[in-house]
Amino acid sequence: MLTKRLIACFDVVDGRVTKAQQFQDNIDVAPAEDLAQQLYEDQIDEIVFYDITASAQKRKIDLDTVRRVAQHVFVPFTVGGGIRSVEDMFAVLKAGAEKISIDSMAVRNPSIIREGAEAFGRQCVVLSTQVKHVGVSAGLPSGYEVFIDGAREATGLDALDWVRRGEDLGAGEIVVNSIDRDGTASGYDLEITSAVADAVNVPVIASGGAGNVDHIVDGVTTGGAQAAIISSILYSPRFERNPSVRELKTALSERGVPVRPYLDA
Amino acid sequence: MIGVVDYRAGNAPSVGYALARLGIEHQLVTTPDQIAAAERIILPGVGAAKATLASLGESELIDSLATKVVTDRAPFLGICIGLQVLFDHSEEGNTPCLGWIPGQVKQFPLTARVPQIGWNSVQLRRDHPVTADFPDGGHCYFVNSYYAAPADTADVLGSTEYELDFCSIAAHDNIVATQFHAEKSGPLGLSLLRAFAGWDPQC
Repeated sequence: MLTKRLIACFDVVDGRVTKAQQFQDNIDVAPAEDLAQQLYEDQIDEIVFYDITASAQKRKIDLDTVRRVAQHVFVPFTVGGGIRSVEDMFAVLKAGAEKISIDSMAVRNPSIIREGAEAFGRQCVVLSTQVKHVGVSAGLPSGYEVFIDGAREATGLDALDWVRRGEDLGAGEIVVNSIDRDGTASGYDLEITSAVADAVNVPVIASGGAGNVDHIVDGVTTGGAQAAIISSILYSPRFERNPSVRELKTALSERGVPVRPYLDA
Repeated sequence: MIGVVDYRAGNAPSVGYALARLGIEHQLVTTPDQIAAAERIILPGVGAAKATLASLGESELIDSLATKVVTDRAPFLGICIGLQVLFDHSEEGNTPCLGWIPGQVKQFPLTARVPQIGWNSVQLRRDHPVTADFPDGGHCYFVNSYYAAPADTADVLGSTEYELDFCSIAAHDNIVATQFHAEKSGPLGLSLLRAFAGWDPQC
């Protein structure tokens, strides 16, 4: 049986993992490769790594950090931020990443989704979306709007229209990242997550807001997601205590969520 | 020395990193001469069957691979698309494949969410030196929309359930292939790579 994935998400600035709240006030946590190795040893299922300033600073992604992480982490590893072309994707994949996450660039240039899927297969192309609840209007029938550039720019795109288009263009997974819930530890936005899961046939990943095990359970049951992105709960200094991956998996398993079992060495 | 076939559409560096972690001698190979010089071969893969075969063809690697694997019977490990291209034909883009293992590659039923992405369990169907240390039911990382159906069930070394029961490890003479990404399946995947590195198909 296919299990639900726990994905650790890193927001990386200059090779270091940082933690933000609602896309602001980043605080420094640890070097990306150290945290990646630590979580790999704790048997995280997957890691996503966003070079969050690459896009805004219009520079290329930090391939050295990608390479160093890939040398120590033998679970799948997705990289996003600052990817503007198929050649950029090729460089990141050859540096050792399995998947490319595209977000703001996909809104600016949707054909990059199709070009990436044609060149590397749709499983390499993760469409990440920043969505915000704005209320139903004529142009936004779902009531959720897509934002870009670190949640700063509204696009006028309806979240469900956008994910359907992304799937049609060739995205192999969709990340639903709630701007309202990001860093709040108040739970995923289950309404939009489940609406996206119903709208597309590719795997959907819940993101933004996981603060405890119940939130993860809700994300992969009520939210209909195939995977849950977690970050604060794993390593944010704002948390009194960060549970291990092992503790999270044990708790998920006890609540009936199928997970990849923890292997004793 | 293991030759890891490095072609444009592949993820050879990831396999190389895993072998490096295990301390296994290997080389990323890009030319027919390098393939001829290798003692054993790993064909990694991501993406689509047609693109993979086209990419191998452009690099003029198919003949040298066939000589090495089919004629010389060198130990061979295919990974993901590197498994699917070994069969006769793939429904993906209606693609004729290498035909080293009899069988077809089919699309998952339309009722399935595809691609299948994530950790799924592998049931061992028989004994084999490459899976000697692999725990029955162990979880590995899959990414696939298509699956292989070997003509001879004896070629099914491991199977996995996703809408239906499919072949997740194929074994045929000197060939072993995993539908999952052994290089990204944590300690279990690494142990499988280690076992392949020490496997002598003549024994």
